Amino acid sequence: MTATADDISTYLKNRARWSPLEIAFWIFAFATIWLFPGKYLIMKDTAILALFALSLDLILGYAGIISLGQAAFFGLAGYFSGLVAKYGLIDEPVIALICAGLVAAALGLVTSFLVLRGTDLTRLMVTLGVSLMLGEVANRYSDLTGGADGLQGVTIAPLFGLFRFDLYGHNGYVYCLIVLFVCFVIARRIVYSPFGLSLRSLKGNSLRASAIGIPVKWRLVAIYTISAFFAGIAGALLTQTTAFCSLDVFSLERSADLLLVLIIGGTGYLYGGLVGAVIYKFLQDWIATLTPQYWQFWIGLVLVVIVLVGRERVERRIAALRTAMANIVARILPRHTALGDAASDGR
Amino acid sequence: MPILETIGLEKRFGGIVAAHDVSLSVEKGARHALIGPNGAGKTTVINLLSGVLKPTAGRIMLEGRDITGVAPHERVRLGMARTFQINQLFLDLTPLETIGLAVSERLGAGSDWWRLVGSKSTVTEEIGEIVERFRLADVMHERTAILPYGKQRLLEIALAFACRPRVLLLDEPAAGVPEAERHELLATIAALPKEVTVLLIEHDMDLVFSFADRISVLVNGALFVDGAPEEVARDPRVKAVYLGEELDA
Repeated sequence: MTATADDISTYLKNRARWSPLEIAFWIFAFATIWLFPGKYLIMKDTAILALFALSLDLILGYAGIISLGQAAFFGLAGYFSGLVAKYGLIDEPVIALICAGLVAAALGLVTSFLVLRGTDLTRLMVTLGVSLMLGEVANRYSDLTGGADGLQGVTIAPLFGLFRFDLYGHNGYVYCLIVLFVCFVIARRIVYSPFGLSLRSLKGNSLRASAIGIPVKWRLVAIYTISAFFAGIAGALLTQTTAFCSLDVFSLERSADLLLVLIIGGTGYLYGGLVGAVIYKFLQDWIATLTPQYWQFWIGLVLVVIVLVGRERVERRIAALRTAMANIVARILPRHTALGDAASDGR
Repeated sequence: MPILETIGLEKRFGGIVAAHDVSLSVEKGARHALIGPNGAGKTTVINLLSGVLKPTAGRIMLEGRDITGVAPHERVRLGMARTFQINQLFLDLTPLETIGLAVSERLGAGSDWWRLVGSKSTVTEEIGEIVERFRLADVMHERTAILPYGKQRLLEIALAFACRPRVLLLDEPAAGVPEAERHELLATIAALPKEVTVLLIEHDMDLVFSFADRISVLVNGALFVDGAPEEVARDPRVKAVYLGEELDA
């Protein structure tokens, strides 16, 4: 092996390693279970929103597909998991969750052909149209879905027959957090694979991507389907942890919130959805306690400021912080030096 | 049998005929140059060959196989890759990632979503070989967007080369490269392996006459003259058309 090839193989292996900052992030995420026992409900909603935003980041941040219709997958899987629980078709929540994800993925596969062609604007309209249609279908078949009253009488069996979804939301939160983590690990694995790299190339330049032998169309279909799966898991989590599902799972607001979350958190590095969801939810919670009626005004203001100031400026600060962290870690643990480099290159 | 052949290739954009009855034949292992004044339709021919454009009429044969209706990415798999006159690179990726992408794609790992990039030693060794051949080793970790233009041109060729083509289409590889970086580029092109057939489009006559062993001249979308470099250089019609155009410009 030549020196260059050696260098390349070390570099590529380090590229996908977990950086200290990432590990710290997840340790803190799991520590919240003990740190903030009174906040389970909002933290659970945050975890679900984070997973939902992660699903959009996969298509927007990696493949460059903008969508206002992620709620279609969220809602379909939400109703699916509610119905199978209500009629006792699938008792085990984890199995129901995976099935709901697969149902959403099937819808993703079918509708992916609609977003292959066209510009951002047509994609926005097409994806929005699909979720509006599904919302209206759910409204029309109110015998099954409960229509505007929502799906009543859902009882979710205990997880693995052991853990009941309690009133305080403790088990629900732990469940959502673990599912979020598992999904994140899968997504992370995907984006660091050759498949993930090829997505970034077709986002960057699809003309060239096809000129080096990449079947652009099929890659887009694949990632759209995977993204729908994750969005579906998020929707099913909401139904399972609230034992309720209403028509607003299909609402435009739900899809639009995701774009806000990703604008706050940034796209294309996987943590954008997570960080964005945390900031968005807590901002919402904090402002709502100050001015319960007009909280959306302040959210809007924050959004305008973020766009004007430019996230890049904030990101540069964070990058500087990362480098500083990596240096400290390198001083304590010399063999971790390469990790810090990989982390700052990961962006 | 020629490795690449076009039969009566024609492309019309509405009333404009960009390529008319182009029957070009490229021998295996050739260094074939396609020259012609501005607007002669050279890039149109490359776009037809690589599948970016669909011909209005005519056929394209690669190694005796009709590829006229084959999708662009499939043509790459069949052994024909191209570069672009204006860089078409992945600006957010590094040269290392860019080449790694093409290599893993060719080895069929592109749809592999679970294994990490570069976990196979065959891939990393090949990336290393290409990075060195195209003198990109010192910049391989930089973002492509910030590379000097000459290095970007090298990467443009390296990326096509990473597809392991048997036929390589180079669309004005030296265009716009500053004098200081030019030598490196020309030396790299000259050192392309002999078994790779090269079809070169170029304005730079020094490069054409030092590199090509066969030259075709395209004028107004049609093949004008086709022959060995000495014949073409002597041909009075070529001089007339070519120098005339050059003087106008």
